[in-house]
Amino acid sequence: MKILVGIKRVVDYNVRIRIKPDGSGVDTDGVKMSINPFDEIALEEALRIREAGMAEEVIVVSLGDNACQQQLRTGLAMGADRAIQVGAPASLQPLTIARAFMEVINREKPGLVLLGKQAIDGDNSQTAQMLAALWDRPQATFASKMSLEEDIATVTREVDAGLETIEVDLPAVISVDLRLNEPRFVKLPDIMKAKRKPLDVLSLDDLGVSIENDIQFKHHEPPPVREKGIMVEDAAQLVAELKNRGLV
Amino acid sequence: MSRTLIIAEHDGKELNPSTAKCARCATAIGSEFDIVVLGSDTTNIAAQAAAIDGTQTVINISAGHLENPLAVNHAAEVVAMADGYSHILGPSTTFGRDLMPRIAALLGVNQVSDISSVSGSHQFKRPIYAGNAIVDVEAPEGVTLVATVRTASWKSAGDNGNAGVEDREASAAPSNHTRYIDLQSGDTERPDLQTANRVVSGGRALASKENFDLIYSLADLIGAGAGASRAAVDAGYVPNDMQVGQTGKIISPDLYMAFGISGAIQHVTGIKDAGTIVAINKDAEAPIFEIADIGLAADLFTVIPEMKQLLG
Repeated sequence: MKILVGIKRVVDYNVRIRIKPDGSGVDTDGVKMSINPFDEIALEEALRIREAGMAEEVIVVSLGDNACQQQLRTGLAMGADRAIQVGAPASLQPLTIARAFMEVINREKPGLVLLGKQAIDGDNSQTAQMLAALWDRPQATFASKMSLEEDIATVTREVDAGLETIEVDLPAVISVDLRLNEPRFVKLPDIMKAKRKPLDVLSLDDLGVSIENDIQFKHHEPPPVREKGIMVEDAAQLVAELKNRGLV
Repeated sequence: MSRTLIIAEHDGKELNPSTAKCARCATAIGSEFDIVVLGSDTTNIAAQAAAIDGTQTVINISAGHLENPLAVNHAAEVVAMADGYSHILGPSTTFGRDLMPRIAALLGVNQVSDISSVSGSHQFKRPIYAGNAIVDVEAPEGVTLVATVRTASWKSAGDNGNAGVEDREASAAPSNHTRYIDLQSGDTERPDLQTANRVVSGGRALASKENFDLIYSLADLIGAGAGASRAAVDAGYVPNDMQVGQTGKIISPDLYMAFGISGAIQHVTGIKDAGTIVAINKDAEAPIFEIADIGLAADLFTVIPEMKQLLG
């Protein structure tokens, strides 16, 4: 079985973002970029499945300009067998991403597709569900636990009401949540080895997919700031203040 | 004339308040709206939906394969009835986030996630980057607009409506490739986190599952829901359904009290819309004090018992 893992290049988790003065977007110049943390967890899970002998090949796929090759190389250093870059403008909306993934699926015929449950830049949480719809296959979103047996995946999903377990026939799309695993650290020799692993570059044209970025992002602004409030000295003052404001 | 279809969220017994929040959003869009209830044996839930102010018609589709909220079956049913609707709305809860993109892709349209305010029938504001940027988006007219409504940003519509309920047969074929097994829920008598007026939350500083009884006892004393930071969930002190933050629940209670929570940006994302934020933390430098309306730099293990005495 092949496993396809989606990887998105995003502003690093620890960076405090800056909005461009003209409101046209978020400033990414000279900012540290990383693999979307949820995608890293997806890749870790794929590697563990392969290491357990239940898959032969793990392929990392990213859509974006050549800068995303850096994240694909990191994925190869973590242990993926090969990489595919679908050349595209850095910012694509989920429907186009899902359509491009669908074409990669048609070429590669994976038994499982693992994606992060959302990217920490756009916070859309759409691509996995859209891909499953286009593929007419099962989706198991927000996975915090999963196991494979024969052609069936049992997935525990983190939902608002608690932990929901479902069973899906493979092939399927699974989107992963934070508590699924802890991704491994990349070691220096692996970075060297990754340079020799295959990284194929395709274009959206090759895949016959046109860009449909029809939701326009007009203007960005920082969120309203919460003013720092008052400090109280002890529990008695705190309770008095709460009563005073009619909160308890 | 625009017409909106709202997908009702429910647990088989009660309508989730997220549905009345979507109704408020539909009204802001300036659209008449219907509500579809998908499930099995949902007569009572349809009646609750019919009481939401402004509802035109409740469409009640009851079938065995719709009993559990599997996106594959629910999406197929919504797509089969989508004709004639300009907008299709669902909540930004895990239910809506799972379902709505599947509907959008089947309809061949992009989706707007997390509408936090409405400036026109196709113009919205929504947060990105964990709420660190608010963006004005404009969706194309002439195609169905599929969107999720950020529930923490909206008040519920009133419940004095009296809409008609139309029972319909399911029209899409059930899928057999996805099977529901079960739901493990931290059953609690406490108010639901996402709708509670008051929430008492604990962090890693609680240091054990047993110590969370302190949080629960204070919550129960003031009729509050109980929440937690990601660190407390990761440490196994509390179940995942208590997590507040970017990857947990985004909530907007009138009062939010954070005990022993440092205030990582991902946690703050989940409470930004709260009325009053109270922070109690031993570390006077904890970032949570930057956004707290009332702060107390002290040990929660002494503060909570004192508070209970003063409030009891």
